[in-house]
Amino acid sequence: MNELIFFFNYVVVAGSVTGSIYAIGAIGVTLIYSILRFAHFAHADMMTLGAFIALLLTMAFPHAGDVVGLPTAIVMLPLSMALTSLAAVGIDRVCYQPLRAQGVRPIVMVIASLGVALMLQGAIRLFAGTGAQSLYVEARKAIFRIELPGVARPIVVTEPQLILFVLTVVAVVGLQLFLTRTRMGKAMRAMSDNPDLARACGINTRVIITLTWLIAGSLAAMAGTLLSLDVAFKPDLSFFLLLPIFAAAIVGGVGNPWGAIAGGFLVGFAETLAVFNWAVLLRPLQAMLPAWLELPNNLALVGTEYKIVVPFFILIAVLVWRPTGLFKGKVI
Amino acid sequence: MPLLEASDVHGGYGGMNILNGVNMTIEADEIGVIVGPNGAGKSTMLKAIFGLLTVTAGEIRLRGELINNLSPHRLVEMGMGFVPQERNIFPGLTVEENLDMGAFLKPATAPRMKAQIYDIFPPLRDKRRQPAGELSGGQRQMVAMGRAMMNEPGMLLLDEPTAGLSPRYMNEIFERIRAINAAGVGILMVEQNARQALGIAHRGFVLAAGQNRFTDSGEALLNDPRVARSFLGG
Ligand SMILES: Nc1ncnc2c1ncn2[C@@H]1O[C@H](COP(=O)(O)OP(=O)(O)O)[C@@H](O)[C@H]1O
Ligand SMILES: [Mg+2]
Repeated sequence: MNELIFFFNYVVVAGSVTGSIYAIGAIGVTLIYSILRFAHFAHADMMTLGAFIALLLTMAFPHAGDVVGLPTAIVMLPLSMALTSLAAVGIDRVCYQPLRAQGVRPIVMVIASLGVALMLQGAIRLFAGTGAQSLYVEARKAIFRIELPGVARPIVVTEPQLILFVLTVVAVVGLQLFLTRTRMGKAMRAMSDNPDLARACGINTRVIITLTWLIAGSLAAMAGTLLSLDVAFKPDLSFFLLLPIFAAAIVGGVGNPWGAIAGGFLVGFAETLAVFNWAVLLRPLQAMLPAWLELPNNLALVGTEYKIVVPFFILIAVLVWRPTGLFKGKVI
Repeated sequence: MPLLEASDVHGGYGGMNILNGVNMTIEADEIGVIVGPNGAGKSTMLKAIFGLLTVTAGEIRLRGELINNLSPHRLVEMGMGFVPQERNIFPGLTVEENLDMGAFLKPATAPRMKAQIYDIFPPLRDKRRQPAGELSGGQRQMVAMGRAMMNEPGMLLLDEPTAGLSPRYMNEIFERIRAINAAGVGILMVEQNARQALGIAHRGFVLAAGQNRFTDSGEALLNDPRVARSFLGG
């Protein structure tokens, strides 16, 4: 039983955390692709930017959260989401819009986004330094231990993790309602489906593009902030996020938000399962095994430091086996 | 005053002239049909009217107002609807959502227009919650025309509405086009099924190499042996 709880804590909880973060990031990548038709390589840096803005706000008002009994960074989250989404719109106007007006090929946009990524990384390092910083400024992370009767080991969930799960569900349901029930949401899907016809219907491309950046930017800020709150803010966060969120978006079928969610959880769980130490689960079976077969102490598929290869592996496997992604992509 | 009047229209793609002086006049309650060989510039003419390519010379007027090179967006506001030959629906949106997009600029009229369009195209009512991309070719054409009508246009441009349809569907679509016209919508359509189309046309335009070759009533063109020989397959 202890072993199962261990499995729950290190795979189910950890996988859901990683999966949620990747899913929310991948939704942004996929939305941007379906409207603007290019792979936005600066997306992971927008996630970092959102976390950084939340960190700055938390440092400025460290006790703002005490009023409502939530971590300050959570209280600051709406503001960080708003500022990040405005930054995303600003970046679009300054860096991408002029290229679009020239009618450049998608690869040029991709390279431009790479430039934006480097620029954002540099700017964040300039102000935040290179070290890790906790988003709990003058406060401590609440950790919940849920004891089950007759089991020594408790289920462990942290406060940021619980908030992450709740907000992920809210974001996904909210996005679904927006895309299927509202006039602008339907127009966004129409624009992704057939841009020429959407224009012929009088749908304003510029408005839809702005809306896309607002949604993708605020979701990026949300995922980045919650990840940093659970672990710590690091200026190189994007390095560990970029590949998984792209893998998630592609695995799910580019342009398909529900696919991005599924892809995010797939990649998240695959990563956690790959670094999970299976020896812990197998140890109770040691008594039944012949004496010469001694279980090693560590039976993980890959070491934690090689976690980043997992999304690579999934990506290649999916592209070989099913090139359009698990769910058909290309349209919202 | 004619609903649509195009005189000596020149235009094309990126400097290459496809239209070399096209003339067309359609009254408010009429159906105009453009026929002619492949590559004659029939689709190009519709795109020129709808502001999808640059008109370099000549005049296009809608109810007397000069509309040369106005944006499609503006023309939709002025009551023009366009159904392109290809990619004329939103395949990932449901039938109902496709229609809603047609009324994007006039959402208040959507419920009334949808009811009207379901009456004209009954199969769409049953399939309104299905993605339009899953429908048959004929039903997709109905979605495309329905979408363009949602905006209550006074003038509808149709590019080969019966292309690729079985004879049964083809007759049905021609029937519907007549009904739409009878409800007061002026129509300008390009058709490959020239005999049938000219049969319902008040005005016919035979285009070749970007110019009018013959211009007359539909009936007169059908009965003209020169037209029959060169353009209607004998
Ligand atoms: N997007 C385009 N760019 C360049 N040339 C085009 C384009 N579309 C059509 N053309 C050319 O314009 C001419 C007329 O085409 P079109 O109007 O589509 O003919 P049709 O009468 O068969 O509808 C053809 O020679 C075609 O190759
Ligand atoms: Mg054509």
